Amino acid sequence: MKNVIGRNIPEYINGIGKVEPFLGAWEKLKKGWMDEITVPPPNKAKLPHQCKSCMDLRMAIEKTNPHDGMTVSFHHHLRSGDNILVMTIDILAQMGIKNITLASSSLNNSHDSILKYLKDGTITKIWTSGLRGELGKAVSEGVLDVPVTIHSHGGRVRAIHTGKIQIDLAVIAASAADEEGNATGAHGKSAFGSMGYARIDSRYAKQVIIVTDNMVEYPCTPTSIQQHYVDYVVKVDSIGDASKIASGTTRITKSPMDLRIAKLAADVIENSGMFTEGFSFQVGAGGASLAVAKFIREKMKKNGVKGSFLLGGVTSYGVDMLNEGLFRAIFDVQSFDAAVSSSILKNRNNIEISSGYYANPYNCGCMTNKLDIVVLGALEIDIDFNVNVITGADGIIRGASGGHSDTASGANLTVVVCPSFRGRIPIIKKRVHTIVTPGETVDVLVTERGICVNPKKPELEESLIKAGLKIKKIEDLQKEVEGITGVEKPIEFTDKIVGIVEYRDGTIIDVIKQVKNAN
Amino acid sequence: MLYIPGNNPAMLQHGGIYGADSLLLDLEDAVALNQKDAARILVRNMLQTIDFYNSEVCVRINHLDTPFGREDLEEIVPLQPDAIRYPKTESVEDLKKLLAIIEDIENKHNLPHDKMTIHAMIETAMGVQNVFDIASFSNRVDALTIGGQDLMADMNIKNTKEGTGIDLARKMIVMAAKANGIDAIDTVFVDVNDEEGLKKETEYAKNIGFSGKAVINPRQIDIIHEVFTPTNEEVRKAYRIVKEFKRNKEAGIGVFAIEGKMIDAPVVARAEYVLELAGIDYKNI
Repeated sequence: MKNVIGRNIPEYINGIGKVEPFLGAWEKLKKGWMDEITVPPPNKAKLPHQCKSCMDLRMAIEKTNPHDGMTVSFHHHLRSGDNILVMTIDILAQMGIKNITLASSSLNNSHDSILKYLKDGTITKIWTSGLRGELGKAVSEGVLDVPVTIHSHGGRVRAIHTGKIQIDLAVIAASAADEEGNATGAHGKSAFGSMGYARIDSRYAKQVIIVTDNMVEYPCTPTSIQQHYVDYVVKVDSIGDASKIASGTTRITKSPMDLRIAKLAADVIENSGMFTEGFSFQVGAGGASLAVAKFIREKMKKNGVKGSFLLGGVTSYGVDMLNEGLFRAIFDVQSFDAAVSSSILKNRNNIEISSGYYANPYNCGCMTNKLDIVVLGALEIDIDFNVNVITGADGIIRGASGGHSDTASGANLTVVVCPSFRGRIPIIKKRVHTIVTPGETVDVLVTERGICVNPKKPELEESLIKAGLKIKKIEDLQKEVEGITGVEKPIEFTDKIVGIVEYRDGTIIDVIKQVKNAN
Repeated sequence: MLYIPGNNPAMLQHGGIYGADSLLLDLEDAVALNQKDAARILVRNMLQTIDFYNSEVCVRINHLDTPFGREDLEEIVPLQPDAIRYPKTESVEDLKKLLAIIEDIENKHNLPHDKMTIHAMIETAMGVQNVFDIASFSNRVDALTIGGQDLMADMNIKNTKEGTGIDLARKMIVMAAKANGIDAIDTVFVDVNDEEGLKKETEYAKNIGFSGKAVINPRQIDIIHEVFTPTNEEVRKAYRIVKEFKRNKEAGIGVFAIEGKMIDAPVVARAEYVLELAGIDYKNI
């Protein structure tokens, strides 16, 4: 069957079950509640003064009743510096556990070494918001029988509430923790800031292990993870590579192309009618997205405009804007560098939030719903403004859904920034390979070769034209780019589905097919 | 004016996106000796296929004393970019030789002699000495440019932020350009990370009469535009001067005052120039 944006979605997928096709970005939410039943979190008990400390991770895992078919979860706050996921899966594999469902909030290149466990049946299912490197390639080539489910950050919380993801064991890395399991990422040698993605795991997992390389005297504050959800605590030598944990994405790019795109995007924002006193704002880290923040910061100072809050993955650049008084608060679900970690500790207006608070569509006020302006990147965008942030030009999974569709759905103004082509590969296409974010939630595309406004926003187009910005029809820009790059040879896929892209409300927006003859 | 190395396809294809008033596709100093033919072929093809949007396109060829200059002209002239920039122009003789070859090629291709212009690049002490003759030699020469780095090398002096050593050359080039009603374009500012330094040097260039400045990195374009673009206040003032001038002229008054300041023909001419820069049709005010 076809969903509302014309993607073929099977009614039933082996290993997943019956699936519901995407209905439109806000269709299901209009009802005001979720039809699916919310599963209760586990109720556990400990005796007074019972010790939670374990000698090592293996001992802790042994106590949690590991079994075939179990679901194990992790957070991705350690980014590409993560040691804990691989360490845990190695132990489970040594114990001979099979058919594991891996439910990490995201996966990246630091997890390449678990590929062998996808091949030998140790891991047979994956839920994640992102997939890259060797794992992305192998999944695209069909290493697993059951398709990987790609969810958004907000969608993951919903999936846990509904029991689609039932976590048996959450192994949660922290840069500081105490003997009861109060834990934080805000200090310690491996500090990584907010623990936003892990909070839902700590609440819903049947068993919770906190792993830290920095045991501190009781109590560990701030209590990002709270002791009453934690079963065991383990001290290890290192939770990760600190140099890779702080991702270094906070430096403003020097690429003239990115700066050009960012400047145009900032001009769009300034003249959108949304750049007013008290506006809220989110940008991604790195590249053109972060550079937009540089230009917006200058415009705010020049025009005397002050915002209300910054949201999202937070960089030190955002912290600087908070400290300068340009924004009143930061809501921080994920932090990108050391300066943000210390800001969480010292500044009460730098507020650590959970992923549910951030973006779960099924609550009464996720932060993305209150967002005025968001600037997002894209691997591909099509003439209907649908965005792909998950598969590359070769059809291989190499990206992350993350908060892309969550923020696009919530923000009053969603600006997508990307070059119109990379190398000789067009980014603007007639049809993207995989839809993660539906075009109805995207308002403007800004590229180095032109600005395109979604025809659903004629009043926005009018105010941008009035401000002297040159607007192109996206169809014209697509043809212009095709004139430069030529038409790509289509990628060949088999009929096997290797991934499903779940929209934040739990419906299926697209599927990813197995690439043929991938090398 | 944005310099783009002629052997860099990635930079060439994006040349037009940065909003530079003009692009200089360089076959000369930015291209290594063993890349000269590759650059020539690439620039030739790019001129035919890439849309440089609203930027004027100029190609800097190699000097005719090198083994490459003649071939550069053979490939580029038939495509008639907006201008050819000729490096190390030292004398009228240099221009004569250049124009003879260009016109010969244009004749072979049935092309007019008045479309593509010449930018004479002054980058030796000899060029500075002869700059007035160079500027007035031909109608095809519509801009003079100063090549600061080569001039300093020729003069055996070090590059300083103040540019003291080439100050006289700058002013002579501007004067020669003004005397002949053509453009003068200032040399590049090499430290791309020093935005303040670039702004200061651009302000100086504007104040002594240059009509533009060359850049080596697209990041420098906005700063230069900012300096050369008249402010709202300047535009408003210029508009008022031109309007009052017209009103007074109709009443037979040539000299008048606005807020106690005398307005006469030179002030009006300057105001008209400001409006022209701002893209306002001052003739119909």
